[in-house]
Amino acid sequence: MKALDNLRETMRRDKVFDFVAEGHYPLSSFRHTVTTGEIDVSHGTILYVENVNVSFDGFKALNDLNLYIQDGELRCIIGPNGAGKTTMMDVITGKTRPDTGRVYLGQSIDLTRMNETEVAEAGVGRKFQKPTVFPEHTVFQNLELAMKTEKSAWSSLLASLSAEQLDRIDEVMLQIGLKEQYAMSAKLLSHGQKQWLEIGMLLMHDPRVLLVDEPVAGMTHQEMDRTAELLTQLAGKHSVVVVEHDMDFVRSIAKTVTVLHEGSVLAEGSMDDVQNDDRVREVYLGS
Amino acid sequence: MLGRLLFNKLLHDDKGGDRMLTVLLAVMVLVPVLNLLVPESSVFHLSTYTVTLLGKYLTFALLAIALDLVWGYCGILSLGHGAFFALGGYAMGMYLMRQIGDRGVYGNAELPDFMVFLNWSELPWYWSGFDMFWFAMAMVVIVPGLLAYVFGWLAFRSRVTGVYLSIITQALTYALMLAFFRNEMGFGGNNGLTDFKDILGFDLQSDVTRIVLFTVSGLALLGAYLLSRYIVNSKFGRVVVAIRDAEDRTRFIGYNVEQYKLWIFVLSAVLAGIAGALYVPQVGIINPGEFSPLNSIELAIWVAIGGRGTLYGAVIGAILVNYAKTYFTGALPEVWLFALGGLFVVVTLFLPRGLVGLFDKRRKRSAEVQT
Repeated sequence: MKALDNLRETMRRDKVFDFVAEGHYPLSSFRHTVTTGEIDVSHGTILYVENVNVSFDGFKALNDLNLYIQDGELRCIIGPNGAGKTTMMDVITGKTRPDTGRVYLGQSIDLTRMNETEVAEAGVGRKFQKPTVFPEHTVFQNLELAMKTEKSAWSSLLASLSAEQLDRIDEVMLQIGLKEQYAMSAKLLSHGQKQWLEIGMLLMHDPRVLLVDEPVAGMTHQEMDRTAELLTQLAGKHSVVVVEHDMDFVRSIAKTVTVLHEGSVLAEGSMDDVQNDDRVREVYLGS
Repeated sequence: MLGRLLFNKLLHDDKGGDRMLTVLLAVMVLVPVLNLLVPESSVFHLSTYTVTLLGKYLTFALLAIALDLVWGYCGILSLGHGAFFALGGYAMGMYLMRQIGDRGVYGNAELPDFMVFLNWSELPWYWSGFDMFWFAMAMVVIVPGLLAYVFGWLAFRSRVTGVYLSIITQALTYALMLAFFRNEMGFGGNNGLTDFKDILGFDLQSDVTRIVLFTVSGLALLGAYLLSRYIVNSKFGRVVVAIRDAEDRTRFIGYNVEQYKLWIFVLSAVLAGIAGALYVPQVGIINPGEFSPLNSIELAIWVAIGGRGTLYGAVIGAILVNYAKTYFTGALPEVWLFALGGLFVVVTLFLPRGLVGLFDKRRKRSAEVQT
């Protein structure tokens, strides 16, 4: 093994071609080193969606869409039915391949080349509209299953939770406000609680970007307030993209709102700016 | 109770299993005493026939646990588990055949009777090694396990699920039945393997051997129960249940669903094989009828009646239904199949969680009254 290591050391690319080595390369001082798999947000933007086109049988679902999400931002995306909100999510999470255009996570990770699992591993979590938690498992077990850990069959057979993992589950249960229900079967939770649990399951993966599809559909007002609180809390540590129909809810959480229409961005800005935009009024009110 | 005393860690949350194991341990002590120590004239004497019958029930209970693991916990309704049971049984049967030696009807020390009858001149290659007990026991585990591995790998990789999987498992056991019916296969054809004399040098007909076989069956059931309980209590078990309830979601979270299904299926097949190997020396015969699809369907009915996804429910279902079968086929043979069918319909319609679900419900209600 020693000999092999030595050989590898002498055969390293920067040893053979010494101009590649740090310091010799004239531009190396301008490069910042990027570790593969890590998200590079040196420019402040975590998600780039540029010139994306998607069409289904001639219908243009996304039409030259451009969207930039800042690191730690909470962004709301609104738009009438058929504006391309869900397709946009599908493109980002690798479910749909764009016909043209680029989707990057940070500076270096090309999401259009990855499948759904790889995108999830890379740090983009998606919460679907319909909550899908494991009904027979307790809140605690749901979070345990979603934890970022070794997932092969053998390791699961012998797995036991470490103190840090317990702390992490505890932390997430506090965040989503289900600490008291930790031993309750997920099927017994209310609709809103299921949604929070699912957000919690996403958080166990520690995603950098959270895509949340219509989180408050079917919720009571109290539940909506709790959800708003939760999502605002998450912003900062995570970048949160919320697609939502409910305008009151959007107003209560959003700093920046993007309006989609016919597959491209119609307007972007604060809630007030957007609401006073003539084109937005036209699309929404038809006047 | 006793079960919890002995296996506290595993059973601390498993009241039904605790009770079931306590009864099992009591029976395992009582039966040898009543059979061997109580004189035959006493009313408390237990005949060797009954001991063997009970031993047979225990192997069926083990088989039911095997099916409950894949069906109750992973949602894979295998209607071909009889195949793994029969393969384990054949491996044991081959060993017992080789033990007959020259005591067969034809007195041939080298060949079993049916081969002499078919004018075969030498033992087929796949019979070699079966004169050794350890080799035969290894095959009891390896053959069903390997078949389950190959079959499961192909089926799960192609994402065959639900009723389609049930149908192809049914086809699997049917195909094996047709194959084993053929004399050319070298497994005794229609008649199967029978006329066994002894096991490890002990006479199979003697009371003590019967009691030992009964005890070994009981211990195997106990061991399988504890192993299965350990597995379903582990994170592996929770992932398996998650697969049952929301397969796509489990995959999306990052679990290799196929790998989990495959291993639980293989384990289940191995347990079924062991059950078959214990069944054969007690009933004294194994023939292709054990592969019949009907057997596998009946097995699913035992588990459904007892209660899926509890492990002890499967044990109770297997023993109750088989006791009823023994009784009815003796007393009212024409009624039995109707009774079985009726029971299945009633359980499906009114007791989705089986008989043990009934007791759970009552206990919960009385707990509610108390609080």
